[in-house]
Amino acid sequence: MSLRGQITRFAARDPGPHARIAGFMAHLRAQGWPVGVAETEVCLTALTCLPEPSEAHVRAALRAVCCGSAEDVSRFDALFDAYWRNGGRVRTRVAPSGSKPGQKSGAHAPTAPGRSKEQGKIDRPDTGDGDGDSAGDMSGKLVAAKGRNLMTIDLRELIAPKDIQAAEAIATRLGAALRDRRSRRRKAARRGQGLDFRRTVRRSLASGGEPLHLAMRKRPDRPVKLTVLVDVSGSMSVYARPFLAFLAGLIRADTTAEAFLFHTRLVRVTGALRDDDPLRALGRITLLADGMGGGSKIGETLQQFAKGPARRCVDGRSVVVILSDGYDSAEPQTVGTALETLAKRGCRIVWLNPLKGWKDYAPVAAGMSAALPHLDLFAPANTLASLAALEQEFARL
Amino acid sequence: MTVDSLKADLAGQGYVAENDLAMALHLALSLERPLLLEGAAGVGKTEIARALAAAQGRELIRLQCYEGLDAAQAIYEWNYQRQLLSIRAAAEDGETGQAVEQRLFSEEFLLERPLLRALRRPTSPVLLIDEIDRADEEFEAYLLEILADYAVTIPELGTITAMSRPIVILTANGTRDLSDALRRRCLYAYVDYPSTETELNILAARCPQVSQHLGQQIVGFVQALRREDLEKTPGIAEMLDFSAALGGLGLADLSEDPQAVSVALATLLKTSADRASITTEVAQRLAGKAA
Repeated sequence: MSLRGQITRFAARDPGPHARIAGFMAHLRAQGWPVGVAETEVCLTALTCLPEPSEAHVRAALRAVCCGSAEDVSRFDALFDAYWRNGGRVRTRVAPSGSKPGQKSGAHAPTAPGRSKEQGKIDRPDTGDGDGDSAGDMSGKLVAAKGRNLMTIDLRELIAPKDIQAAEAIATRLGAALRDRRSRRRKAARRGQGLDFRRTVRRSLASGGEPLHLAMRKRPDRPVKLTVLVDVSGSMSVYARPFLAFLAGLIRADTTAEAFLFHTRLVRVTGALRDDDPLRALGRITLLADGMGGGSKIGETLQQFAKGPARRCVDGRSVVVILSDGYDSAEPQTVGTALETLAKRGCRIVWLNPLKGWKDYAPVAAGMSAALPHLDLFAPANTLASLAALEQEFARL
Repeated sequence: MTVDSLKADLAGQGYVAENDLAMALHLALSLERPLLLEGAAGVGKTEIARALAAAQGRELIRLQCYEGLDAAQAIYEWNYQRQLLSIRAAAEDGETGQAVEQRLFSEEFLLERPLLRALRRPTSPVLLIDEIDRADEEFEAYLLEILADYAVTIPELGTITAMSRPIVILTANGTRDLSDALRRRCLYAYVDYPSTETELNILAARCPQVSQHLGQQIVGFVQALRREDLEKTPGIAEMLDFSAALGGLGLADLSEDPQAVSVALATLLKTSADRASITTEVAQRLAGKAA
């Protein structure tokens, strides 16, 4: 093999292949992969089943055992190379550094400084702003300036823990108001529409074959899955506080809910918000929501959502809640098509617009008017209290 | 058995597998572990179970999942009508209550559904659990026991262990996220749309009557079509239908008769929006690029 020179040379005291596979598993685990002892064992057994110990075969075998999703498959090669091909030096963060340059093209200026924040410099966000500045000067005026300004705001200063507690209560109530979708499955119940034959027959044994006691089954109600998308672009920054608190509360109260932030990009924050400590959760989404307060591309991000994550988390039993003012920097018609795609998944769509509460408000923003025909509910919301007041509306959905 | 011989066996059934998929299958066979296949619709996930069963002379047992699928339809059910009749008959014969109960919940009255049937075959079958992501979370929980121990517990009868372990293939196309527990029990392979070379091989295996020149054009055209922004991307089955349609229309070259190609597009594009976006001109442009 011509690449032999690059293959990791293990130390002479290395105890053998078992330890190396275990080391590889530890390497994957360090990257957050859910692999444990059982997988190590399967890997070792798998290797004994290979016809020849060539690199391609080993790679394919380990991939089949260790991966669990399409995303894993796309990351696997880089991780494999980092461990087995890197002269023994294991880089700790392989995948992000590899994928960065590609993503950057075409991104708005405010995202650039944030990217550098991703690596953990939460206290001094300004350090990464050098290249962001120049990029901002080229493409944007107001947008870029605002982007920098808000970048220094830590969400933990913005939102108090008691806000989150209040939001948790509201989110629970809103969730409860939505719980009305029937399951397709039947379950034993005291009264219901269908006979439970299994129990009826068993009971009729006692009465010599006469089904005296009829056991019934019914279709139980199932909770609705909530997916919330919050616009955190510049124009929405004044409302960020109640909405993010709501988001944090919702995710903590409802284990099936999903949360996304969007500005010029779409970011899934469910995982971060599910952190045990509410304040640490906010710290984590501060890191994730890098372009906050910048421009907005509602149509594009909604399209991205409809074609990507929605396929996984939105179905006929979902309600998608969008919190946005509808001010879009891109082609407004894309909002319409995105919502149309989303509606085809069978979900109900709720758009909460903070501006709707204003006197004489009319949805004239082009993006907003394109969205209207696809909405099941269009309501005002700008504070936690106004969100709580939506309970009635939600129950009617 | 090696990976290459497995590939050759599958090819004998007209299934051209890429290397990663063949390796995952090989491991699933040798380690006796379930294999989870994910990928877009129409990339041949279901077909592989069929090809594997045919290549190895095993029985194929298929369970199509849907929302609301429950144990009674997937694992087993008691034959209630027979049980009721039997109770009546027993009363007339004067059988004791205990004897009746013993008999009522015996194998005689058990209706096997696909999962139990797969466990009770003397020779190991291929069990295809199709579109597992359409079933709900409760059903996944039933599956976990079966996939971990290859056993089913029936309260009245006890635990039934597999006579021979079935080869389990699960398919999913991302309707919903599968639980980590299920993923961890399975080997995994992501099936993508085939590369040009593989797709040419598939076409040659399935439609040998298509000439090499036309075959290359068809594959190039379909691959170009997959790069377009469509609601429903055409899969392999659609590509094969398309070549069959062109064969039926007697075309030897895609640029020969734009109208006929446009008509044959009905086999590739399955929504009105897609149909509208790929006009005769666009189709010719794609075909031109492909040629």
